[in-house]
Amino acid sequence: MGWFTQLQANLAGWFADLKAEFVLNFIEEDRWRFLVTGLGNTLRITFFAVLLGIALGVVVAIVRASYDKTIQEMRPGPGRFLLKLGNFVCKIYLTVIRGTPVVVQLMIMYYIIFATSRNSLMVAVLAFGINSGAYVAEIFRSGIMSIDPGQFEAGRSLGFNYVQTMRYIIIPQAFKNVLPALANEFIVLLKETSVAGYVTIRDLTMGGDIIRSGTYSAFMPLIAVALIYLTLVIFFTWLVGKLERRLRSSER
Amino acid sequence: MSGNDVLIRVEGLQKWFKGGEIKALDGIDCEIRRGEVVVVIGPSGSGKSTFLRCLNLLEHPTGGTITFDGVDITDPRVDINRHRQKMGMVFQHFNLFPHMTILENMTLAPMKLLKKSREEAEQKAMALLERVGLADRSGAYPSQLSGGQKQRIAIVRALCMDPEVMLFDEPTSALDPEMVGEVLEVMKELAREGMTMAVVTHEMGFAREVGTRVLFMDEGKLLEQGTPAALFGSPQNPRLKDFLGKVLQ
Repeated sequence: MGWFTQLQANLAGWFADLKAEFVLNFIEEDRWRFLVTGLGNTLRITFFAVLLGIALGVVVAIVRASYDKTIQEMRPGPGRFLLKLGNFVCKIYLTVIRGTPVVVQLMIMYYIIFATSRNSLMVAVLAFGINSGAYVAEIFRSGIMSIDPGQFEAGRSLGFNYVQTMRYIIIPQAFKNVLPALANEFIVLLKETSVAGYVTIRDLTMGGDIIRSGTYSAFMPLIAVALIYLTLVIFFTWLVGKLERRLRSSER
Repeated sequence: MSGNDVLIRVEGLQKWFKGGEIKALDGIDCEIRRGEVVVVIGPSGSGKSTFLRCLNLLEHPTGGTITFDGVDITDPRVDINRHRQKMGMVFQHFNLFPHMTILENMTLAPMKLLKKSREEAEQKAMALLERVGLADRSGAYPSQLSGGQKQRIAIVRALCMDPEVMLFDEPTSALDPEMVGEVLEVMKELAREGMTMAVVTHEMGFAREVGTRVLFMDEGKLLEQGTPAALFGSPQNPRLKDFLGKVLQ
């Protein structure tokens, strides 16, 4: 029976250690607050960055898709010139944003472009939103291009102009088609905000890090941070799945 | 039926693809008068669909003019959207909007473009659905309908705009054989009511029975036209004779 008591003692010791670790990292000095405020900042940045990203992405996608679809047919004139210029600007935006790491973009925003601003949360929203917009744009463009050209022709044949056809007929269908990809982009963005600490923002990751540097204990804060991210991602995945089923049900 | 009232006049219509390498339309002249049912026949690749799609500028002509209701719609200054409202179009693949119910498909354009109230638009839509026997499907989505039903809906969707002319681009070509009849029946009724129609089709029976005039096209040219009796009874052009020999066996 010796090995059993031994095991019991080991387990009891291990649990006692764990408990002490937990108390040290979260309870003492109310260190759990770092996680809560961090989570709040992470969610805030993600929420506003997603809004900005979708707004930017939709505009860029429409310009790019319009260019691809209509430039061949378009008569020469100021409209054609504007579309060409718009497409050119959008392409540069996509190339630069997708060609550089988001951390570098964030630091350029914070230390160079907005060097005089101390509102780091706003800078982070801008940086992540502009970054996300590039990916959303390509997702959305593929969604627009995947709609049967017959839908577009049907809209135009009823007398809708280009913009109305996009708004009432193409975009709603494209949105439905790209929803899973958009959800994925949202989840990527949520996790990407974990580098916000580079510009002194106390987001969730940074919150865990502050605890770690105060307690010299890595296990509890890091695992807690990981679990919180995981829970968020699982929750949002479930939510999007529900939304998707609701949108799909209209086609049956 | 006012016999000489020209609704659409086509003059020297050309459509080139790939910078002139392919001449889909090579100088077409013709007129469509009010109340006429003009049926366009010809082998595949003859340009008949391109011709029809040029009439409401879904294809931009390379050359020539199209005058609709007295207005040259190929003039870039003309607001084509306003003229398209009066030209209903029915496509081979129906092109109903899958994210909307049947009723929404039919009321979208009248509400947004003609600024009709929802009640007014729905009333008209329901009356039209009644006529084609699909009133009970008004709340359904397109994917819940058969091909024949979809095409009947596509026809009444266009009619909701009170068009002056209806363009049909091979409306029965994508249908299962047993559904062709129900669509042709709706088209025949429309013709009987005096609707001006331009129909691209392979249904020679329809052309013969309903057409007031038949156009034969081949290789981008209008080779022969006349009443169905004349065109089918005593074809002149050798290529038309050859074509009829193949399709009327």
